[in-house]
Amino acid sequence: MTEVTKVETTLKDWETDQEVRWCPGCGDYAILKAVQRTLPQIGADPANTVFVSGIGCSSRFPYYMETYGFHTIHGRAPAFATGVKLANPDLDVWLVTGDGDGLSIGGNHLMHVLRRNVNMQIMLFNNEIYGLTKGQYSPTSREGTKSPSTPIGSVDHPARPCAFALGSGARFVARGFDVSKKLPEVLIAAHEHKGAAFIEIFQNCIVYNKDVFDDFAAPKGAEDQQLWVEHGEPLLYAGGTRGLSLDRENCCLKIVEVVDGDWEAAGVAVHDVKNRALAHMLVELRFGEFPMALGVLYNDPHPTLEEGVAAERAAATKGKDASLAKLLGKGQTWTVEAEGGPHL
Amino acid sequence: MATKAAENPASISTESAPDAVVVRFAGDSGDGMQLTGGQFTLSTALAGNDLATFPDFPAEIRAPQGTLFGVSAFQINFGSREISTAGDEPDVLVAMNPAALKVNLDALKPGGLIIADTGEFTKRNLDKAKYDTNPLEDGSLARWDVLAFDISALTIEAVKPFGLGNKDALRSKNMWTLGLALWMFDRDRQPIVDWLKAKFKTKPEIADANIAALNAGHAYGETAELSGPLKKVHIDPVPAEPGLYRTITGAEAVSLGLVAGAQLAGLPMFFGGYPITPASSILHYLVRLKEFGITTFQAEDEIAAICAAIGASYAGQLGVTSSSGPGIALKGEAMGLAIMTELPLVIVNSQRGGPSTGLPTKTEQSDLYQAVYGRNGDAPLPVIAASSPGDVFECAIEACRIAVEYMTPVMLLTDGYIANAAEPWKVPDPDTFKPFTVKFLQQKNATDAEGNPRLLPYKRDAKGARPWIKPGTPGLMHRIGGIEKQVDTGNIDYSPDNHQAMTDARRDKIEGIARDIPLQGVTLGEEGGKLAVVGWGSTFGPIRRAVDNCRNRGLDVSHIHFRHIWPLPANSGELLRKYDKILVPEMNTGQFKTVLRDQLLVDARPYTKTSGQPFKIAELEAAIELALAE
Repeated sequence: MTEVTKVETTLKDWETDQEVRWCPGCGDYAILKAVQRTLPQIGADPANTVFVSGIGCSSRFPYYMETYGFHTIHGRAPAFATGVKLANPDLDVWLVTGDGDGLSIGGNHLMHVLRRNVNMQIMLFNNEIYGLTKGQYSPTSREGTKSPSTPIGSVDHPARPCAFALGSGARFVARGFDVSKKLPEVLIAAHEHKGAAFIEIFQNCIVYNKDVFDDFAAPKGAEDQQLWVEHGEPLLYAGGTRGLSLDRENCCLKIVEVVDGDWEAAGVAVHDVKNRALAHMLVELRFGEFPMALGVLYNDPHPTLEEGVAAERAAATKGKDASLAKLLGKGQTWTVEAEGGPHL
Repeated sequence: MATKAAENPASISTESAPDAVVVRFAGDSGDGMQLTGGQFTLSTALAGNDLATFPDFPAEIRAPQGTLFGVSAFQINFGSREISTAGDEPDVLVAMNPAALKVNLDALKPGGLIIADTGEFTKRNLDKAKYDTNPLEDGSLARWDVLAFDISALTIEAVKPFGLGNKDALRSKNMWTLGLALWMFDRDRQPIVDWLKAKFKTKPEIADANIAALNAGHAYGETAELSGPLKKVHIDPVPAEPGLYRTITGAEAVSLGLVAGAQLAGLPMFFGGYPITPASSILHYLVRLKEFGITTFQAEDEIAAICAAIGASYAGQLGVTSSSGPGIALKGEAMGLAIMTELPLVIVNSQRGGPSTGLPTKTEQSDLYQAVYGRNGDAPLPVIAASSPGDVFECAIEACRIAVEYMTPVMLLTDGYIANAAEPWKVPDPDTFKPFTVKFLQQKNATDAEGNPRLLPYKRDAKGARPWIKPGTPGLMHRIGGIEKQVDTGNIDYSPDNHQAMTDARRDKIEGIARDIPLQGVTLGEEGGKLAVVGWGSTFGPIRRAVDNCRNRGLDVSHIHFRHIWPLPANSGELLRKYDKILVPEMNTGQFKTVLRDQLLVDARPYTKTSGQPFKIAELEAAIELALAE
């Protein structure tokens, strides 16, 4: 894999001539802008960047990025992206999926791209609903969600994307939300991570599942329910008046009040991005009762699939030549002479 | 078939008789019959005979010992003339236990020879095979010659010096039997000895025990005071075109053909697969060829296997995926995407008995509808069918060529019979292959109204193919996907006229391939007459032999065998209309017959079989005679 040189671009360089066709007010617009703002910051090269998506509202994303783009089929984007990366590991691949695409029809592929640790950024737009098919409940919809396919409320239990990612062996798990100013920071961290970087982005579907994330993502007054984690920093929120402490007895996190900023006295835990157990606790925090843990929850790099494949190839091909003639005539052969009769 | 077949010959037979022998090795699935058969095949090929084989084994890996459903068999037909099938009826049946005898007895030629291991004809094994009395003793085998002796005891005796326990010693029984067979047919033991030494390099005592068993079996034939049925038979080498030969199975040939195809295209190959019988062997073969620029990827499922291959094609490699019917069904949606995004891809289907899980280890040709019609929307793709293990090599190269020249997925059909069967193969010289080197688009391919360079990702060439653009190429960023594309620009476009134009363009591109493939010839016989027997795929051997036999009896019948199923060669209709009748033997319920009727408006009649077994020559001869008599 060659070192990629940084390219100078502006936000405009990443916009296509195609009309953006999401519903007015959709959270996807904010995410698109955040990504278009992020790419110049990281010095990305449009010609070397590939956006791969599945099916759904979020998966229209590649059409609006002036890069290489592949809008594939429902749920399978991770498999296409894996093929792209194995064929050309130098490409900078961003995968765009949603809660239905990534966790329902494509759950299997998402699991495997994470465990294989293919080097790419995976953005899962979670709006807890099927938007493009007009509002059916999704695998992340909360119990009791009323939708055209669940008119008296859904009864099945929702999947938690970040818990799924950790359980699948992801080495980078982060969270953000559509209108958050901090989203580019999270995306930059994901891009810096070598391996499969999983980012759950809460996204407001204003038509079919409006404002379901208002508890922590409302434009005003919800900041107190956001816990932006940072490596080496205490798990504080609500302006530092509350924090999360390790409940050693029950092996989970508990909320503690912090008096006069003395978080140490309150026993607030310090975030460690390499602590997998802590990451598991952060992504399992019950919604509503606890703040929403946001930012880079887990980041512990590990060799990637491409590196493994390249190393194996180097070892297996050492000293071997690729002679087709030799390959075709391999094994036990015999020669028929012109006069007839075989000769061993 | 190793012999040189003249173009459009009148006959393939030679005079000399007896010129061919059919031997069937049958035993328990743990007895190593496939190995025995494989090594006997090698020695037969080395002796210069033409041959065809038919491995017939259960789906269970280790079925309970001694049971009827656990019987594994390997049939080989070899001769001093052209051999086109594994043979209808064995002349010799080697039965390693009562179940093997029972399952295979019906096929044995009247007067044929049974070689049986009496050591396995115990009360217990007879019960398992549902024999009330011992058939070796009750006179029920009177129609055949029987040679029964205690192979188990003789093997144990032979390997005694190597200190193996009885259980391990009995594992060499297959080598003892092979030794006897090598004696019977006057074969050289040395290649087998070499192979055993290489195979058990790290366990020389096992190699020595097996070699001792092999030699003992051979010596038994040579020295035992045998009267009656055990005779030494010598089959002369077949006259063959000069050159270097090897034996090849269909799975090997398809792998080699893909390697050659990728080289001729000048591309690295990406192979996405998922384990499935009988297609897995292609993955196993290619994984060892990394030095040829091949990346193999065992995906999480069939869908991911094809999707990753398409992803690799998108990134500029030759994407290949392979499976069998049930897996191909799962890949259908992704094939549609490859058709829509017009990316090259080779899909190999090693067909097996269906529907559903069906008969995983048995052969059938019942995925032809699936190949030609089995996708949503108007989604045409070229379909090529191989007729024999050796033929798959050329077909695989042709599939690669069409895929990259037309920017399309191509389906290559083989089947369980072709995948597993072996035949002598004249090793081709790669210098004689015609390259079809791919050129990726490097700069914008059009100009806009103001005369500025512009990229049109769906601008078509004379063949109707769009350019192949590798991500990473500066200045050519563009988006593709499964939503209907606008003519030329490839942008999303749902408008009525555009969908009509793009549907037509996709159809015309595939139909146009008919102008770029050879005209359909007559495989055996005349161009016109009373009856054409039309085949495709692995029915080639039995049809060829049956038609030849009928022609030798003076019947007006010819054999036409199709490689290109979709599109059909341009002259297909004209050719078939030169015959009064058209008979289409297929191992399905008449699928190619339907395609011929639909595409050519000819009165093609079906002759079908779905038993999981290849056609017998005699069945086809009877069908030909009936068709001519009607």
